[in-house]
Amino acid sequence: MNQIPLQYYLLLSAILFSIGVVGVLTRRNAIIVFMCIELMLNSANLALVAFSAFLSNTNGQVLVFFVMAVAAAEAAVGLAIIVALFRNKQTVNIDEINIMKW
Amino acid sequence: MTLEVILFFLIAASAVGSALMMITRRNPVKSVLFLIINFFCLSMLYLFLHAQFIAIIQILVYAGAIMVLFLFVIMLLNLGDESLLTEKKSFRKWAGIAAAIVVFVELIVGLGLVWGNGQSQLSDQATAMGTVEFIGRSLYSNYFFPFEITSLLLIAAMVGVIVLAKRKAL
Repeated sequence: MNQIPLQYYLLLSAILFSIGVVGVLTRRNAIIVFMCIELMLNSANLALVAFSAFLSNTNGQVLVFFVMAVAAAEAAVGLAIIVALFRNKQTVNIDEINIMKW
Repeated sequence: MTLEVILFFLIAASAVGSALMMITRRNPVKSVLFLIINFFCLSMLYLFLHAQFIAIIQILVYAGAIMVLFLFVIMLLNLGDESLLTEKKSFRKWAGIAAAIVVFVELIVGLGLVWGNGQSQLSDQATAMGTVEFIGRSLYSNYFFPFEITSLLLIAAMVGVIVLAKRKAL
């Protein structure tokens, strides 16, 4: 019945992950960099669910559940850090937030 | 080519397209909206894989909660277009794209997609495995301790967010 092989899902997951990498490396807006990280987390989730469904192992879906809980916590903390940074420096450009760079 | 395969390619194409739009838009609000489209596409793919619980949670948690938080922060900070941000180093853009291509090739080779040794059939239990009952059973038996730790993590995140966002000076 289902004729979509596992490779298609994994390929889509790899493409989405690479798009996320491009965004993290090229964009200067801290919020968009953060959204690209969410995209990468989601592509990893897709690979986990695909493996879980094809190999009949629930652990993949339970792991996706935990990834989502951690992503929610991470998004809240990250956005709070961005708000605090904006309050201090009036910018979200990651080129100007370089106090911890060597 | 059955209907399912055609639908899969349509959804995959819109997922990739919305992700590309997301990283190329200047306006962060448009980026958020394209990311939400991407999350809905992924949710439909989870339904293709018979993971009903994960598909619903994807929409509720990601598209519902996390993206609203992003939109809220963008509107709170009242950011303009990113064209106002200085783009002085354009070579970094090409270096970033080159690095991403390297990552992509690594993923393709690492997952063994070039040799095509994967499975082409969903397992028989896939439909039963995606239900709330099955995942809940696993969550409250094998993964009980990590599940409780997650609640601790959420409490810590809540306290941390309040402390970070309330303070006047960093």
